[in-house]
Amino acid sequence: MSLNSELVTINFGPQHPSMHGVFRLRVTLDGETIVDLEPVFGYLHRGTEKLAEERTYVQIVTLTDRLDYVASMSNNLAYVSAVEKLCNIEVPKRASYIRVIVAELQRIASHLMATGFLLNDLGAFGTPLMYCFREREKILDLFEILCGARITLSYMRPGGIFQDTPQEFWDDLELFLESMPNQIDELESLITGNEIVLSRTRDVGILTPEQVIDASLSGPMLRASSVKWDLRKANPYEIYDEIDFDVPIGATGDTFDRYLIRIKEMRESLKIITQCINLIKPGPVRNEDVPLIIRAPEGEAYVGIEGPKGELGFYLVSDGGISPYRCKIRAPSFINLTLLKEMTAGGKIGDLIVNFGSIDIVLGEVDR
Amino acid sequence: MTKSLNLNTVVQNLPDTLKQEVNTENGSLYVNSKYIFEICRELKNNNKFQFNYLKSISAVDYVEFFEVVYHLDSLITNTSLVLKSKLYGRDGNSINSVISVWKGADLQEREIWDLMGIFFEGHPNMKRILLWEGFKGHPLRKDFLK
Repeated sequence: MSLNSELVTINFGPQHPSMHGVFRLRVTLDGETIVDLEPVFGYLHRGTEKLAEERTYVQIVTLTDRLDYVASMSNNLAYVSAVEKLCNIEVPKRASYIRVIVAELQRIASHLMATGFLLNDLGAFGTPLMYCFREREKILDLFEILCGARITLSYMRPGGIFQDTPQEFWDDLELFLESMPNQIDELESLITGNEIVLSRTRDVGILTPEQVIDASLSGPMLRASSVKWDLRKANPYEIYDEIDFDVPIGATGDTFDRYLIRIKEMRESLKIITQCINLIKPGPVRNEDVPLIIRAPEGEAYVGIEGPKGELGFYLVSDGGISPYRCKIRAPSFINLTLLKEMTAGGKIGDLIVNFGSIDIVLGEVDR
Repeated sequence: MTKSLNLNTVVQNLPDTLKQEVNTENGSLYVNSKYIFEICRELKNNNKFQFNYLKSISAVDYVEFFEVVYHLDSLITNTSLVLKSKLYGRDGNSINSVISVWKGADLQEREIWDLMGIFFEGHPNMKRILLWEGFKGHPLRKDFLK
């Protein structure tokens, strides 16, 4: 006797705790096995690229805060770098160091969120997430000292940063750098060797190096599949060529590797920040020749930086006016979703959530 | 440091059939839109280029024409190239999809169709991605008055 089974199509989201925002998955299931999957998004689409065509170059900085809202500093950095390339603006050395310090702090904050929510999705409800949030809070406090804001920072400007750092920032940063390695160790002692985590994430959602390159994935997704590619090394921007750090890569490209890469990258970020503190010298932090209303010369520029989620790029086209003619955003979270179906189809529905969590998307950036 | 490839060498290394279809201008390689698929396949598979990574696809509305811009990278040789193609006319614009060359084109091409209204022939799932089905027009076009 054989049992009759029927395919069932269900909606995951858009309101669902493990969808990381307003994201919907239309999943076709055969029992517990995923047959087909289609991501549906756009619920948070605000038309950032169109809005940018109506704003001046400095005003757009505030729009970029709202893309990947857990990593505003990185968005600021990518955008101002593109404007600087377009208009040939020089950045003072001190500003470059501060930019790298805050961008790496932001990377740690973003990776903490990714790790916390991955564990949340695994069913370790609350506790690991709160551990991560406790550390992230310290970084947000540091940002608050710098610019008064905690999430939507708008700290950078074309030609430098908004203002120099107060002494209080360096004191608190010193304390943070002292405590953070132990906190990462603590987090790892809870997660890395945990048998439940291992059995849920090992060999789940394996992506081969060929697959990830072909699908234009970037950031930790790329490196977890043992592709040694990091824009900070491959195409150094700011002062990364003066800094000594490693690019960790994974072995198998499964969900566990994607988790572990983020932990290792946090440690590398701490190394980078420590070196920057030793190298930084007093000086101006803003190019005073840059006017408030920038009139970019006719032309175009593409700049991509290594954001926490992957390659974050801005492609600006100027017609000589005070706002860009076209501002295209290469959003890493958006493109990292390309292989979601390949990662999950044929697997169990329980693994879908884990796979999805390991991509680490932010809907503000996916939908723009 | 990522180097951008010398465009004259790129043109020289292309097969004769494609040579006539390309020209260089302002540091980018322009290609006749009918040959976009062939040239992308060549740029990826030819050992002299090895552009195995499609960084991004963008579209720009210049009113007289649309420009589709491909930012290519080679993770093997650490070189980059900007490939462009012009599409004239405002209605029914279409260009061949490069999804079978780089899978990474999938969501990006759908986004361009949604927001800019350029149809990608040969894409298996060419439908709106950010806006809902039934939305009239393509918002990133310069059709809207200031």
